[in-house]
Amino acid sequence: MAAYIARRIGQALLVIWLAYTLVFLAVQLLPNDPVTIFLSADAAANPETIAAMKAQYGYDQPLLIQYFSQLAGLFRGDFGYSLASGQPVAERIGAVAGSTLVLASSAFVTAVVFAVLLVASATLARRTWLKRLIINLPPLFAAVPVFWLGLVLLQLLSIQLGVMSLFPDGSFASIAVPVLVLAVHVSAPIAQVLLKSVDNVYAQPFVDVLRAKGASPSWIFFRHTLKNAAAPAMTISGITVGTLLAGSVITETVFARSGLGQVVLQSVTAQDVALVQGLVLITATAFVVVNLVVDLLYPLLDPRILKSGTHGAPRALVA
Amino acid sequence: MSIKLEEPLTKVAVQQSAPAGTLAPVEIVPSSKKKSGALSSPVFWLTCAPLIMVLGWALVPSLFSGLDPISGVPAEKFQAPGFAHWFGTDHLGRDVFARVVHGTSQTLLTAGLAVTIGLVAGTGLGLLAATAGRAADAVTMRLIDVLLAVPGFLVSLIIVTAFAPGPISLGIGVGIASIASFARVVRSEVLRVRSLDYVEAAFMNGGTYWSVVFKHILPNSCGPVLALLAVDLGVAILAISGLGFLGFGSPPPTPEWGLLISEGRQYLASAWWLTTLPGVVIVVVVILLAGLGRQLHKIFRF
Repeated sequence: MAAYIARRIGQALLVIWLAYTLVFLAVQLLPNDPVTIFLSADAAANPETIAAMKAQYGYDQPLLIQYFSQLAGLFRGDFGYSLASGQPVAERIGAVAGSTLVLASSAFVTAVVFAVLLVASATLARRTWLKRLIINLPPLFAAVPVFWLGLVLLQLLSIQLGVMSLFPDGSFASIAVPVLVLAVHVSAPIAQVLLKSVDNVYAQPFVDVLRAKGASPSWIFFRHTLKNAAAPAMTISGITVGTLLAGSVITETVFARSGLGQVVLQSVTAQDVALVQGLVLITATAFVVVNLVVDLLYPLLDPRILKSGTHGAPRALVA
Repeated sequence: MSIKLEEPLTKVAVQQSAPAGTLAPVEIVPSSKKKSGALSSPVFWLTCAPLIMVLGWALVPSLFSGLDPISGVPAEKFQAPGFAHWFGTDHLGRDVFARVVHGTSQTLLTAGLAVTIGLVAGTGLGLLAATAGRAADAVTMRLIDVLLAVPGFLVSLIIVTAFAPGPISLGIGVGIASIASFARVVRSEVLRVRSLDYVEAAFMNGGTYWSVVFKHILPNSCGPVLALLAVDLGVAILAISGLGFLGFGSPPPTPEWGLLISEGRQYLASAWWLTTLPGVVIVVVVILLAGLGRQLHKIFRF
């Protein structure tokens, strides 16, 4: 168990370090440094201003020193400075992340509940046509653009029916509708994986035994199948972190909510590479941490994971 | 080496246990039958036909809509969908259907660029992971983890921030995001194919690494990759229209699908068709591409 945890944590740290290195290299590969890009829209910027700003943010240091000082900052939770406002990236994002986190996490919970309900009703449906209909819903959800669904619901609910306002006013509908829009999109991959995994479990002999013993279909599904089928769905749920972020930014724009979306749009318009770089690192860290938690929860669901050890890596084709 | 020698020996022993003198009946290969069955199934062509039409929109838009997508007739602004204007007209009196049709090439080109980047880089990485030994596999898989950890959305944002917003920046960003899924599929397919007997035979015939990879391994592992290609094109269209909606794609007069919906947003209260109908086109195209992916998967599953 301890070895498993240590290995996973080591892998997570490795991925964060690699992500940092890749992003750092990518920024170096840009034709200009972040300060020059940021000031390129500013006609009044003379070489002295650029040089002064570079010195202030440390972009005039040798590359290796920049690399290691930024890496050291990462461990202290310092993700660099926004060029547009001069604020630390972590502070700037922390100030608005709350509302985005509320949106994303409620959407995630809704999506998981939604996916489980969908798969349960597909599995327990008596009529074949109903089953087929439900099975075809996740591919449909996956194909619907978040911004389009948001706009159509906004049009329908606030303009045609008048049950919600066009702008966030704190009412239940103005919170529930964005959450629902995001949840529909996020639930699609979870439901698809869960459906397949439930099918695999149903093919196992123990389900026949349960049936022979007279267990009801819902008992078999909720008491025995769901837990056995949950592992792959958990993996895919961890991977939806990226989708949640992109979806939140778009949902916030559609529903005129304040949050991370605004910061993202502003930083891109202002060509603030440093802020976007910090955002990428924070998101990558969040992604890795969430997936680490999923990996650590895995053995609770399926203790066999601990015994199998590393799965065989392929040998070279020609030795 | 001893293990390798044992394997054929046991096989020979099994064969000899069969009654001597009678030829073992040749098993009917069901795969070719299945193949033609799927290709002649109406579902396959029902999926393909609209997609071919959309391809036609991209190649020769004027054939499908004779109206001008850029300059409209001001007198005909905000007309509801009808026989004259299938998708209605916008605030400048431009035909929305014409704009959707003429925007197809922009959206498909950007998505095509993204998918090409994902395919080429993903195939390279997957092949490297599966054939170049354990160390290469470990490094490549961690690299894929990193690509998964950084959301494609943000990769696109870095590129759009550093360069000007535009279709090429978008295509590259979305393409980098899709490398990981291609690499994973190629890796698992190559791992499956390389353990087959004919790969061993090709090496025994004096084949080099590259000749075997290109003549035997890659062609035989392309099925699932092709299926992923169709699905990923749909995913790329979704991502690109989303970023286009945020304003990171082509600048306004260009009719791009995401931008069309974003422009229609200002008239949400008065003209529902400006946002709803172009979106329906996106949904239908993405669903059809996902369906095509499923069909291709069936065709190539032996």
